[in-house]
Amino acid sequence: MQFKRIWAVFVSRNLEFLRDRSSFGWNFVFPFLIVLGFGLMFSNDTRSEFKTGVFPFHDSEVSKEYLEIPEKFTNSKYIHLILFESFEQGMDKLSHHKIDILIENSERPWKYWINDSSPKGNIAEKIFREAALPCEESGEWLVKEKINTVQIRYIDWLFPGILGMNMMFSALYGVGYIIVRYRKNGVLKRLKATPVTAFEYLAAQMFSRVFLLLFTISVVWTGCDAVFSFNVAGSFIDAAAVFVVGSISLVSLGLVLACRGTSEELANGIINFITWPMMFLSEVWFSLEGAVPWVKEFANFFPLTHMLRALRKILNDGATLADVMPEMIILSLISIVCICVASFFFSWTK
Amino acid sequence: MENENMILEVQSIAKKYREIVAVDNVSLAIPYGICFGLLGQNGAGKSTIVEIMENIILPTSGTVLYKGRPRGRSFREETGIQFQHTELLSFLTVQDTLKTFSRLYKNPLPLKDIMAICELDTIKKQMNNKISGGQRQRLLLGLALLNDPDLLFLDEPSTGLDPRARQHMWQIIQGAGKQGKTIVLTTHYMEEAQILCDMIAIMDSGRIIARGTPGELINTYCDKDRQPCNLESVFLNLTGKNLRA
Repeated sequence: MQFKRIWAVFVSRNLEFLRDRSSFGWNFVFPFLIVLGFGLMFSNDTRSEFKTGVFPFHDSEVSKEYLEIPEKFTNSKYIHLILFESFEQGMDKLSHHKIDILIENSERPWKYWINDSSPKGNIAEKIFREAALPCEESGEWLVKEKINTVQIRYIDWLFPGILGMNMMFSALYGVGYIIVRYRKNGVLKRLKATPVTAFEYLAAQMFSRVFLLLFTISVVWTGCDAVFSFNVAGSFIDAAAVFVVGSISLVSLGLVLACRGTSEELANGIINFITWPMMFLSEVWFSLEGAVPWVKEFANFFPLTHMLRALRKILNDGATLADVMPEMIILSLISIVCICVASFFFSWTK
Repeated sequence: MENENMILEVQSIAKKYREIVAVDNVSLAIPYGICFGLLGQNGAGKSTIVEIMENIILPTSGTVLYKGRPRGRSFREETGIQFQHTELLSFLTVQDTLKTFSRLYKNPLPLKDIMAICELDTIKKQMNNKISGGQRQRLLLGLALLNDPDLLFLDEPSTGLDPRARQHMWQIIQGAGKQGKTIVLTTHYMEEAQILCDMIAIMDSGRIIARGTPGELINTYCDKDRQPCNLESVFLNLTGKNLRA
């Protein structure tokens, strides 16, 4: 193995990436836009809002004072009122799950409709019924306590997920797809005619992509932090270590996908087949708490799951590197297995 | 058949793709320091046998010896290859490309020498995706010459070039020959083969059907009473005038 040859391929791949301005720019713009978009969308934590349709109203800007339904319900910060001119309009939205409950604005007794198949509709019904009843008695039965731990904002929880997702796409497409394209158009065949070995070539590709991923993450983090001022409970150095090991594991997976084949369409299909479940099951967007056990078990096969688990422990909960050692070991094992498989099966031409 | 005068020996090589026989029991011996031409119609098996010699594809059966031995690690250091079709990294300049490839070899030639030989100086700052077909062929030849190879494989190096660019390509190849390099050349241009090659083998349907110097081939296979005698008429006499699949 010669480091001079690894360095040569590393430099050329980096130059290619940096000079392809459109794809280079997109690697920064994409995660920034996602974080920005979700940051704005969930700044009021609208995930937990119950969309409540009220009819009949001819003016959609009408004040809550004109509502006949209980104030206790309409004043709740988790109730988002949407006004409709007619029952038909409201029912159309309810039947398509676009609202959770539909209430007629009238004197008591209030009429309401929910979609029986909607879990949120059933909870909205409970809230509405509770608000509609006299509440003197319930005070004796229930005592509200405050959370003593730091409450994590959704954007702080989401941010590592978005960075991880961007890393996943960049690793699998930037390595898996690109190497298949190089094989198809003969770039790899030309390299085969030189003394560079498969291991040297794959190592250079991996180092290059890991370097570019870390560079991209640093820039995106700095930019997003300027907008959202993320709360970081743990150490940046520990987080950086997880990013490095996580990047290596994702890129190694990309190398496995790239070890054979000359069809870009097939490569694209396989990458989609892997990235979509990984994106949804690795807790990028939402937690798997409450999911059926086999789904949770299945998610453990994905490197992104372990990377995000470790990152969130450090960034959100203030864990140390020692605390996330199980995840780091799993990521390292995934990397070793993937690199061995990729090197063994790698072909320059087919 | 091992022979110390031969830089490359191809012994009973066959290559099959399922039912299709691309190369059928071909044996060749190429002496040091000559330009060896391989001619044949499209699909005759030229590129396949050349890629087997280059160790790019494996034969179904048979062996290839380089300097009397099976090809080892030194083979890549001592050979230069210009493929028929090669894509280059789009966003590298000509100079970056040469620099990248030169770093892959232990003892590369100075880049300025390669740029001078292949007249790449004026385009060294241009991106690979912005250079013309002729410039591209010169760059690919430059890459093949970077390691100062003992054995140079050129697979249709002048295809698609204008007459001036082709003449320049010939000059570079002749220059490499004068330095004592052994050249294996495939081409569809009979004039090119006649000018550049010391020995020629003509392939048809995966087999070698004739071999010799250009003069020997003309003397042996040309019907002097019926046609002008040159390599083209020899080629047409041997391979037939009808198009093949």
